[in-house]
Amino acid sequence: MSVNRKFTGSNGRMPLNSKSGKSNEASNESNSSLRKCKKKKPFFVWGFLGVVALGIVWFFISSHSDSFMLRKEKRLGDCEERARILLQRHNISKKQLHAFVSFFSVSDQILSQCIDERRVQKLLSSDLGNNLQMIFSENREFHKEHTGVTGQFELMEQCPVLNDSVQRNLESLLLMEKTVSLAPYSAIMSNFVKNLLHGKNIVQSWVLELVAIQGYLTLCIGYWWILVVITICCRLAGFPLFWNQKLVSQPKQSQHSAGQNPKGAGSWRKKLLVTFVLLGIVGSVWLFWHLNNDIMRRRKEMLTNMCDERARMLQDQFNVSMNHVHALAILVSTFHHSKHPSAIDQKTFGEYTERTSFERPLTSGVAYALKVLHSDREHFEKQHGWTIKKMEAENETLVQDCIPENLNPAPIQDEYAPVIFAQETVSHIVSIDMMSGKEDRENILRARATGKGVLTSPFKLLKSSHLGVVLTFAVYNANFPPNATPEQRIEATVGYLGASYDVPSLVDKLLHQLASKQTIVVNVYDTTNASAPIKMYGTDVIDTGLLHISNVDFGDPTRKHEMHCRFKHKPPLPWTAINASVGVLVITLLLGHIFYAAISRIAKVEDDYREMRELKVRAEAADVAKSQFLATVSHEIRTPMNGVLGMLQMLMDTELDESQMDCAQTAHKSGKDLISVINEVLDQAKIEAGKLELEAVEFDPRSILDEVLSLFSGKSNEKRIELAVYVSKRVPAVVIGDPKRFRQIITNLVGNSLKFTHDKGHVFVSVHMANEVESPLHDMDVVLSQGFRDMSDITYNTLSGIPVVNRWKSWANFKKLSSMNLMDESGVIQLLVTVEDTGIGIPLEAQHRIFTPFMQADSSTSRTYGGTGIGLSIGKCLVDLMRGEIGFVSEPEIGSTFSFSATFRMPKASHQDTKRQQCNPFVSECKGLRALVVDRRKIRAEVTRYYLQRLGMSVDVAYSLNSAYSYLSGSSNKRISQQLEMIVIDKDALDKESSLLYVIKKQRQNDIKRDPKSFPKIFLLANNNLSPDEHGELKSVGVVDGILMKPLWFSILIRSYREALGSEKKQIIRQKEPNLGNLLRQKHILVVDDNAVNRKVAEGVLRRYGAKVTCVEGGRAALKILMPPHSFDACFMDLQMPEMDGFEVTRQIRCLEKEFNEKIARGEASTEMFGNVAHWHMPILAMTADATQASIEECDRCGMDDYVLKPFEEEQLYKAVARCFGSG
Amino acid sequence: MTMDVLQLQRQLRELQASMHQEGFIDDQFTQLQRLQDDSSPDFVKEVVTMYFDDSEKLIDNMKKILTQAPVDFKQVDAYVHQYKGSSASIGAARIKNICMKFRNCCENQDHEGCWRLLQQLQNEYSALKGHLMYLFRLEQELRSAGVKIPSLE
Repeated sequence: MSVNRKFTGSNGRMPLNSKSGKSNEASNESNSSLRKCKKKKPFFVWGFLGVVALGIVWFFISSHSDSFMLRKEKRLGDCEERARILLQRHNISKKQLHAFVSFFSVSDQILSQCIDERRVQKLLSSDLGNNLQMIFSENREFHKEHTGVTGQFELMEQCPVLNDSVQRNLESLLLMEKTVSLAPYSAIMSNFVKNLLHGKNIVQSWVLELVAIQGYLTLCIGYWWILVVITICCRLAGFPLFWNQKLVSQPKQSQHSAGQNPKGAGSWRKKLLVTFVLLGIVGSVWLFWHLNNDIMRRRKEMLTNMCDERARMLQDQFNVSMNHVHALAILVSTFHHSKHPSAIDQKTFGEYTERTSFERPLTSGVAYALKVLHSDREHFEKQHGWTIKKMEAENETLVQDCIPENLNPAPIQDEYAPVIFAQETVSHIVSIDMMSGKEDRENILRARATGKGVLTSPFKLLKSSHLGVVLTFAVYNANFPPNATPEQRIEATVGYLGASYDVPSLVDKLLHQLASKQTIVVNVYDTTNASAPIKMYGTDVIDTGLLHISNVDFGDPTRKHEMHCRFKHKPPLPWTAINASVGVLVITLLLGHIFYAAISRIAKVEDDYREMRELKVRAEAADVAKSQFLATVSHEIRTPMNGVLGMLQMLMDTELDESQMDCAQTAHKSGKDLISVINEVLDQAKIEAGKLELEAVEFDPRSILDEVLSLFSGKSNEKRIELAVYVSKRVPAVVIGDPKRFRQIITNLVGNSLKFTHDKGHVFVSVHMANEVESPLHDMDVVLSQGFRDMSDITYNTLSGIPVVNRWKSWANFKKLSSMNLMDESGVIQLLVTVEDTGIGIPLEAQHRIFTPFMQADSSTSRTYGGTGIGLSIGKCLVDLMRGEIGFVSEPEIGSTFSFSATFRMPKASHQDTKRQQCNPFVSECKGLRALVVDRRKIRAEVTRYYLQRLGMSVDVAYSLNSAYSYLSGSSNKRISQQLEMIVIDKDALDKESSLLYVIKKQRQNDIKRDPKSFPKIFLLANNNLSPDEHGELKSVGVVDGILMKPLWFSILIRSYREALGSEKKQIIRQKEPNLGNLLRQKHILVVDDNAVNRKVAEGVLRRYGAKVTCVEGGRAALKILMPPHSFDACFMDLQMPEMDGFEVTRQIRCLEKEFNEKIARGEASTEMFGNVAHWHMPILAMTADATQASIEECDRCGMDDYVLKPFEEEQLYKAVARCFGSG
Repeated sequence: MTMDVLQLQRQLRELQASMHQEGFIDDQFTQLQRLQDDSSPDFVKEVVTMYFDDSEKLIDNMKKILTQAPVDFKQVDAYVHQYKGSSASIGAARIKNICMKFRNCCENQDHEGCWRLLQQLQNEYSALKGHLMYLFRLEQELRSAGVKIPSLE
């Protein structure tokens, strides 16, 4: 069972958790359950893998879509942001216009006459004209691009491009809308902008979805690839499994290769596994790296985008602001210097700047300083009523809390730049000389040389403690050439306009306007001096990894500014990458584990298989050794045992007193039992070793059954069990087969039946032709149809009246019985033998192992009943050898019926009748006589009839004495009753109706008077339970003529009958012996044998029977002698001879005979010469030691007539010779 | 019947029984004895003498072949077969059995086994010869005493 279990294990995918640690009982169950789950296993594995893969796909999609959503939101946020900025700028522009209007209104109040159309136009054109001109061209462009955009919506593949172009469009539009707000198109434009923005949003969302879908697809494809790879791996791993199974199924053919290949396959599998696991690990690491990089890249991009955006905006805003300051400078130049008298005084300037401070939201204040040469200082001071003051060296410019009066007058210099106008916020710096501050002086000098806005390096604004920069513009006089050299510029300079910028608030404001300001930290540096950058904005730097630097151009080429952006927080752990890679790793390891388990399981199974095979070989060797041992030992025991028995027999022949005799008999009997046991064991061993060969000789099955009956009659009488034999009429008188083995089977079965039947009931052996089973019911043998009757009849119509099991079931499972068409093989018959008992039956649980050697129903059986338990097993083997089947049906407490079929050959028809006549000479005496059987039980009556019919009598049956009487006395039957030779009455019938017997007797006696010859003998068929008293009584009364003791068998019937008739029984026996002599007397016989001793013995034996014997010692001599014509009547030929064996000699003899016969036919040889023989055919009998089927067939082939066993056995010799001379 | 004769008869019976018992002879020998009647009073002796001659010749032959360098097992087998046949014919059961083993050895080309069995054959043969010679002597004595040899039947 364990072998079985392990082998089934190797069949499928390895069950992981079915270790052999289970108990033996459990293994039985696990076996079946394993077998069940074996088929489900692949589905289970695939299901599991599918779920895992789906889970991972879902995880990726969700995480990706999360990030997509985030990005989308961000984009949307950006959009909104831009829109807001756009709006702001627009507002600023609006405000600017407002400021202009107000400026005009203010100016009108003072100098309305001074402002003519031309100036206004000039002013406007300097600032806005260009813009207005651009509107129309851009507008047209926009129209074009817009149609382009709608076209592009349909081409989703170009989405990134589209996105870019949309962005560009938007950017151009930003500018456009700003300017367009003045124009009548503004409403339409803003609609377009809105539409475009909306469109962009839609496109963006579509693009995002597209990207997401692409992501899905790539992921899905990726995972399906993984699944495909896994499938292939599984296939590869599975393939050797199936291969191994094939190996298992043909272990003998590839025993050698099977020993090596699995090992190779195993290491191959292990390499594959390691490769797979390594690949999985590398793959997961790569995945992690790839995803992490992706995340980093995206982060970096985001930072870059944000930083650049911020830098640009800062720059823009600053530039806008600077433009305003520039405009102010031009304003001052226009209204202060070009006008005489000046249209601007401190009050006007203060008011104007105050009112337009909204358009310079980043400046803390503006001031205008006049260029004053030292020569003009006095004039200037006088004109303004204050002295030019010197700026405190330390507290640079625009110091609000310093009081100008406290300041010292400016030291004498070449020129001065005293502030004449200032915004209200910085009005305190009026009169301070800007040239006296070092930074400012440089600023002023640079500004007037370049004509552009110039920035100072950042410094601390006193009041706000913020860092600030000062922007300085030079104001030139009106007739200033547009492409002037720096010297001309310096020359044309009339004053300087300064504006202080509060950088931190500038940046703050800007950042406030932007979304996601929480995520990044912005620092702005002045990097004019690259080695020592000055921080203009931002908190202390905390290194959070990524840093992006954007250059910021504030319009002053000599100053460099940079914006440093950092994420506020360190990058979070890349969970997506970690999860994905860990997932892949886990899957890999799981699969690896599964494969590893499978591989180790395979290896284990292979090892087990090898071990099992080894064990099997050893077990087989042990089995062979056992058989040999048994055979040897049995043989060795049998030989001395024969001696013991022979001695005991001799001992019993001597004069012994009673107790001695008893001892000797007991010893003899025990010895015989021992011999029979040994014979059984020897048989078993022989069968197992395949050495048992069946003989093929002619025999009478009925006589075999008689022998069996005689063997067991004593025992059955002892146990008071009825024992009967019935042979169907259709069974032929002679068949060819192995009578000893046939008898052995029946003996075994009957012996068993008797052993297990106690005190009541019967053992009934019946023999039928196998094809009788198929004959219709009305035509069926009475005994055979018993089973059918039983089903309908409640009264048990059996031999003893005790219920039995249905015999039909015992051969229900026979395959050949029903299917074999006997017509196919001519000369082959199959007999069906049934042994029925009313014993204790076989327990149901033991029925399956009944035919196993050394197994009895249970261990108590051997104690109670003894026996080795191999009888049935031998029986089964023998039945198999006879090409038959054996089966049984048994019910506890009711009994058992064993059936077996056996195949025999039919002899040639000519032999049968003669032989039977010769064997049973008594039969002729009884032939044609009539008998009446009186028996209540039909089956028993049939059995009795069977025996009487064997004697050649015709038999009638009466089922009661009454009916017998009426049968006898019936007038119509008078004639028949007169022929009646004997009446056989069963004891049972007598007991019931004994009075009738006397009536019959009386009538008989009456009849005697008439004709004593026809007086029918009355026999009582008595059971063994007839007491001697009854016996005597019945006899003395003279009612019965004889008592037949059951069980009946042929010879006992004859003996009884003869006793009753008073005839001499010796006559028959004596008749037989000279038969052989009669046959052989005066026959001239040639013995051919190379062995002198054998020759001598054969000669002796044959001579004893009266034959004239000539011996030759070889084939050639025999050929010489047997050259026709010759005078030999028969030839006994040894088969194995040197030079020429018996077969060859026979062939040649037959050849010679043929030639000679042809000669005779042609008339070339005279037939008269030797006894008028017209046709020469010398009977040749083979002498052989072993009458096996093969050698007998060989004999037949080469033209031998028959064979005799060597050393000669009288019976067999007689039979062979009789056949020979009988037919010849 | 004198005591002598009785004694001889007893001895003869015992001898035959012991030979049976030890398996020297089997029923076939008894059969042979039965063949012996007035027409051929020395039948058994004749046969057995032939057997002895045959045996010695065969054993000699076997020995010769077994001492030759390339042993012709086929030839040995043929001899053994012959010996087995004649042994079976006279009912020399033990020799017959050894012959059966011998043939197996020949089949397996077991040189050593053949030698061993040949030794056994020789031993058995001389034992059997001794027994039978004794038997014949007893019979001879009985016959000379005018007693008919009792049939074992």
